[in-house]
Amino acid sequence: MAYYDRSSTGDTLARGLGWFSIGLGVAELMAGRSIARWMGMEDKTNLIRAYGVREITAGVGLLALGDPKPWIWGRIAGDAVDMATLAAGMEDNPRAGNARIAFGAVVAATALDIVCAQKLHQEEAAYRRQPLPDYSGRSGFPRPAEAMRGAASDAPIAEDMRTPKILQFQPSGPA
Amino acid sequence: MRALVWHGANDIRCDTVADPEIEHPRDAIVKVTTCAICGSDLHLHDHFMPGMEKGDIVGHEFMGEVVDVGTEAKGALKVGERVVIPFTIICGECDQCKRGNFSVCERSNRNKAMADKIFGHTTAGLFGYTHLTGGYAGGQAEYVRVPFADRTHVKIPDGLTDEQVLFLGDIFPTGWQAAAQCDIQPTDTVAIWGCGPVGQMTIRSAVLLGAKQVIAIDRVPERLAMAQAGGATTINFDEESVVERLNELTGGKGPEKCIDAVGMEAHATATLDSMMDRAKQALMLESDRAHVLREMMYVCRPAGTLSIPGVYGGLIDKIPFGMAMNKGLTFRMGQTHVNRWTDDLLRRIQEGQIDPSFVITHTVPLDQGPEMYKTFRDKRDGCIKVVLKP
Ligand SMILES: NC(=O)c1ccc[n+]([C@@H]2O[C@H](COP(=O)([O-])OP(=O)(O)OC[C@H]3O[C@@H](n4cnc5c(N)ncnc54)[C@H](O)[C@@H]3O)[C@@H](O)[C@H]2O)c1
Ligand SMILES: [Zn+2]
Ligand SMILES: [Zn+2]
Repeated sequence: MAYYDRSSTGDTLARGLGWFSIGLGVAELMAGRSIARWMGMEDKTNLIRAYGVREITAGVGLLALGDPKPWIWGRIAGDAVDMATLAAGMEDNPRAGNARIAFGAVVAATALDIVCAQKLHQEEAAYRRQPLPDYSGRSGFPRPAEAMRGAASDAPIAEDMRTPKILQFQPSGPA
Repeated sequence: MRALVWHGANDIRCDTVADPEIEHPRDAIVKVTTCAICGSDLHLHDHFMPGMEKGDIVGHEFMGEVVDVGTEAKGALKVGERVVIPFTIICGECDQCKRGNFSVCERSNRNKAMADKIFGHTTAGLFGYTHLTGGYAGGQAEYVRVPFADRTHVKIPDGLTDEQVLFLGDIFPTGWQAAAQCDIQPTDTVAIWGCGPVGQMTIRSAVLLGAKQVIAIDRVPERLAMAQAGGATTINFDEESVVERLNELTGGKGPEKCIDAVGMEAHATATLDSMMDRAKQALMLESDRAHVLREMMYVCRPAGTLSIPGVYGGLIDKIPFGMAMNKGLTFRMGQTHVNRWTDDLLRRIQEGQIDPSFVITHTVPLDQGPEMYKTFRDKRDGCIKVVLKP
């Protein structure tokens, strides 16, 4: 099964990154123009807003959609896209200095994302290495299950719990 | 005394609190010898059930020794007697109790006005389970006050261990009622979603009640192994398509009886409906995840029965009601009418027909309870059922 443990170190980090994604996403969405202007990349305003939507989606995914691993990998892919966009935007840009600061921040976030992904995969591997407990002898019955079939057909079950005769499946139709 | 206390989502602690006292002449005080954590407690722990308050003592599966009895309960109960306490508090006298519909007792919920407003009409009071059902202190504690104690108990004869009888208070009758209300016929295939403790009891009950074929669905390997030990054919929903397998196993017609022993925290492999449920639950647009209900409605044979012991707390979305209506499905659901079944089930335990202690995988002292909630929820360490010793 898809393994994840909602109280592990890896998961705590993933949740932190989830909140970070939402914060960054909201900022990109609401203040896309100012951010673009600060980096000297005003033509990229709509693109930054779209990245904001991507961040918010990843944040919701990390916080609420179960296994965080696919969402962390999604974030790493997003980081790569951010870096490519920033690198392209640095050419002929009088504010390349600011773009470089942003680039540095993305690199730092990527490092955290990778640490988190590794941690989550390590935790899963550690879980899978544990031997499965053997419950094959825990039937609860004194004899093999097959021999117990129908042993309680005499049970007192009141009429209100019964299916009306007409609705019962019978090989020969309703009696 | 020591007790497990709810402080918020993911925050249950073992605290020192005031000892309970007799508050009403029909009360008794029970010294808890053994108690357990139930899947229903997880809904509180994860805070999917509304109506909890900081400081509430949790737990509704417990048993022990009577140490004090109010004047009006003295005829029915004596100090020193050994009892299992059903999780549904019952007056034994109202119209519903007289019919055996104990989980909807009309008088045991002391917050009746609130419940009337929210549910239309009140249901029974429950131990350790939100203020909607009375806000009564629960049984994961050293002592518990049992209201309506003259009726709310099951006396345990000597010669049986706590572990053998503890589950008479909840999961054994719950699995039994889930199967019983399907009115199982010898030709029936019964499909059971969820192989947690309730699912395990349901599997055994369906076998004892004579189902031709019992199919159990989960994705946790050790739970599936335990289901198989009890006589079920298993489906791992992470590895195979539940609908396809169920149709294969029933000659293409679908199971006659479908039982939801999962409830509102259903998981699913990435199906669209389950992703929507999780997102909506996170945004508080819906309170429960209904993947299992939808799957049951889809795969059940027309004119079949859906039995729902799994707990739901509020609103669910995208229920294919038209499909259910046109297929003429019967729905049976509810909290368990515990005392309706306990005489018969106690007798079966005494006669050795079944020993419900097979489900216990972990036994720890009460103060380790908070960690065990997480172990149980995350299905770590092969955990299926946790028993606590105060
Ligand atoms: N009606 C009652 O009176 C009553 C009494 C006790 C418990 N309950 C309810 O019964 C339910 C089960 O309780 P439990 O103690 O066994 O809890 P549990 O959480 O241990 O078991 C639930 C099981 O369902 C499995 N599951 C999750 N999604 C699934 C899916 N899509 N298909 C198949 N299986 C899936 C899980 O892997 C888990 O093993 C809970 O909702 C609980 O509140 C009801
Ligand atoms: Zn329970
Ligand atoms: Zn009553």
